[in-house]
Amino acid sequence: MNLSRTARASLWTALVLGLGVIYVPLGVVVLNSFNSDRTFGWPPPGFTLQWWGAAWRSTGVRDALWTSVQAGLGATVIALLLGTMAAFAVQRYRFFGRDTVSLLIVLPIALPGIVTGIALSNTFHSVLGVPLGLFTVIVGHATFCVVTVYNNVLARLRRMGLNLEEASADLGADTFTTFRLVTFPMMRSALLAGGLLAFALSFDEIIVTTFTAGAGVRTLPIWIFENLFRPNQAPVVNVVAAALIVVSVVPIYLAQRLSGGDPQTR
Amino acid sequence: MFPFMPQQAVTPVTIPASEHAVRLRGLRKSFGSVVAVAGVDLDVADGEFFAMLGPSGSGKTTVLRMIAGFESPTGGTVELGGRDVTRLAPFERDVNTVFQDYALFPHMSVLENVEYGLRVKRVPKTERRTRALEALKSVRLDGFEKRRPAQLSGGQRQRVALARALVNRPRVLLLDEPLGALDLKLREEMQVELKAIQREVGITFLFVTHDQEEALTMSDRVAVFNEGGIEQVGTPAEIYERPATAFVAGFVGTSNLITGAAARSVLGRDGTFSVRPEKLRVVPADPGAPDPVSSDEHSAEGTVSEVVYAGPATRFVVDLDVGGRLIALQQNLEVSSMDVMGLRGRRVRLVWQRRHEFAIGSS
Ligand SMILES: Nc1ncnc2c1ncn2[C@@H]1O[C@H](COP(=O)(O)OP(=O)(O)OP(=O)(O)O)[C@@H](O)[C@H]1O
Ligand SMILES: [Mg+2]
Repeated sequence: MNLSRTARASLWTALVLGLGVIYVPLGVVVLNSFNSDRTFGWPPPGFTLQWWGAAWRSTGVRDALWTSVQAGLGATVIALLLGTMAAFAVQRYRFFGRDTVSLLIVLPIALPGIVTGIALSNTFHSVLGVPLGLFTVIVGHATFCVVTVYNNVLARLRRMGLNLEEASADLGADTFTTFRLVTFPMMRSALLAGGLLAFALSFDEIIVTTFTAGAGVRTLPIWIFENLFRPNQAPVVNVVAAALIVVSVVPIYLAQRLSGGDPQTR
Repeated sequence: MFPFMPQQAVTPVTIPASEHAVRLRGLRKSFGSVVAVAGVDLDVADGEFFAMLGPSGSGKTTVLRMIAGFESPTGGTVELGGRDVTRLAPFERDVNTVFQDYALFPHMSVLENVEYGLRVKRVPKTERRTRALEALKSVRLDGFEKRRPAQLSGGQRQRVALARALVNRPRVLLLDEPLGALDLKLREEMQVELKAIQREVGITFLFVTHDQEEALTMSDRVAVFNEGGIEQVGTPAEIYERPATAFVAGFVGTSNLITGAAARSVLGRDGTFSVRPEKLRVVPADPGAPDPVSSDEHSAEGTVSEVVYAGPATRFVVDLDVGGRLIALQQNLEVSSMDVMGLRGRRVRLVWQRRHEFAIGSS
């Protein structure tokens, strides 16, 4: 497309400004985690790894990190199992209310976290009598993590069609062999992408977590929130935030490469 | 239009039951209220190259899928080599399919694709490698083992699909418009190649196409499908020279029907008759000229309403005086486009030998 010089220049400016608003503050957070001035004087007077060391030594941070990893892995495993099964059911079988089921599976990601949170908290606490803790956090996260796996697997199943499985059966493979040699390998990158996204979603979730975590359970985002306004913790909070950025960006980057790419070229 | 085909005896081929590669009896399939296949009986002999020809939606694919086992019939039976397989799963049947879109496994190399059938049947590694390489060689794809299907051309993918099926040495190979996705030139090449491969391996080929020329040039026998049923089964010559129904006459070649009053007046008989365009001779309708018609010939006069020059031949559309229209195909032996184009609007007489006209039943 041919754009005039001014048009091109203004598009570039808009792009740079738009991305700048998002990414400059993130960059500041990462830079400040190496800032030797404890009140974040700008420009940084010097470079230090002191805060990273402090964060690493802080048992509060370490416990929170471990809790987050457990919650993320737990929610991801549940999401992989349920999301895959739901996608197969919806894509491969016709049944009454199929479209409704599909909508119901996707809905939690659009629901406000505070609604999901209150609803789950009430159900666990008052209806089921399950004590709030890590387990309830995992279940809470799974409600919206299922969606990412479900969507990825569903899209892959749609694109794949039935042809390859028919070809496999035609060549003498029984149902299980066909799944092992054809369906699953074709599905693998979609599962990985869905799983990574699910993990990233769970890892930085705070609202549903707040309502389902109970007293003793502290994930990283909750730890940050609790320590945000304590001046002497500020540098460590910054480090944790920087680490969170990295931990959420990497899976999303990988997931995008996995689900964008065609399995045919790999 | 077609290569020369010797006239063959019309006696039905009787095959001992044990030699039937495929036998269909009363095969039916409905999808909801749509009747896709409405009672098909068919016998295909061992080693035959058999074509299922018919227009779009006539049920060819559905019949093929029932033979492969992907669809279960609403009624009737499928026998392979004398064994009733109607209720068996696809992987329990001794047939292999070449799919229209090839359905190659994109995450496997060409070699892995071809080995697949042997692998799932637990053929030892060295043997399956040897056989797969052989199969690739027979479709002239040696050297392509390591490629992915995405890195092949359409024609090459088609041949991988063929090798992947043939390596299993099935009793019957099912092919659903295997050349449909190829361009004309490649298609003609593959027609010759496919026929040569079939002759070499001696496996029964059951071949679906809606291209009448492809069916006539490649097959030993053809079944013409229409609206879920078979109109006629026969050799290409039988189908072309002696179509059993008006549908076959129209679908295979140009129908050229003489019917009703025209038939009474020209042929002196009631009914519907057909005569192929290339059997008609076009002569000037000159009242003074000696009658060109001998006792074993028939003729009709009319006016040329259209002249289509097509390189080696010219097509004349003639409106008969007695009603109806016939198309005559004349080889351009000595004439050029200049000569024939001037014939539009001229009075002509069409002459043909009686043995080339045939009565057809109504369908
Ligand atoms: N899965 C299905 N569900 C509903 N109707 C179907 C299904 N498969 C085929 N049909 C219908 O059955 C009829 C026969 O279809 P079929 O695919 O066998 O035709 P075909 O002869 O192979 O046509 P083509 O030359 O276009 O491939 C069509 O009317 C088609 O719409
Ligand atoms: Mg078809």
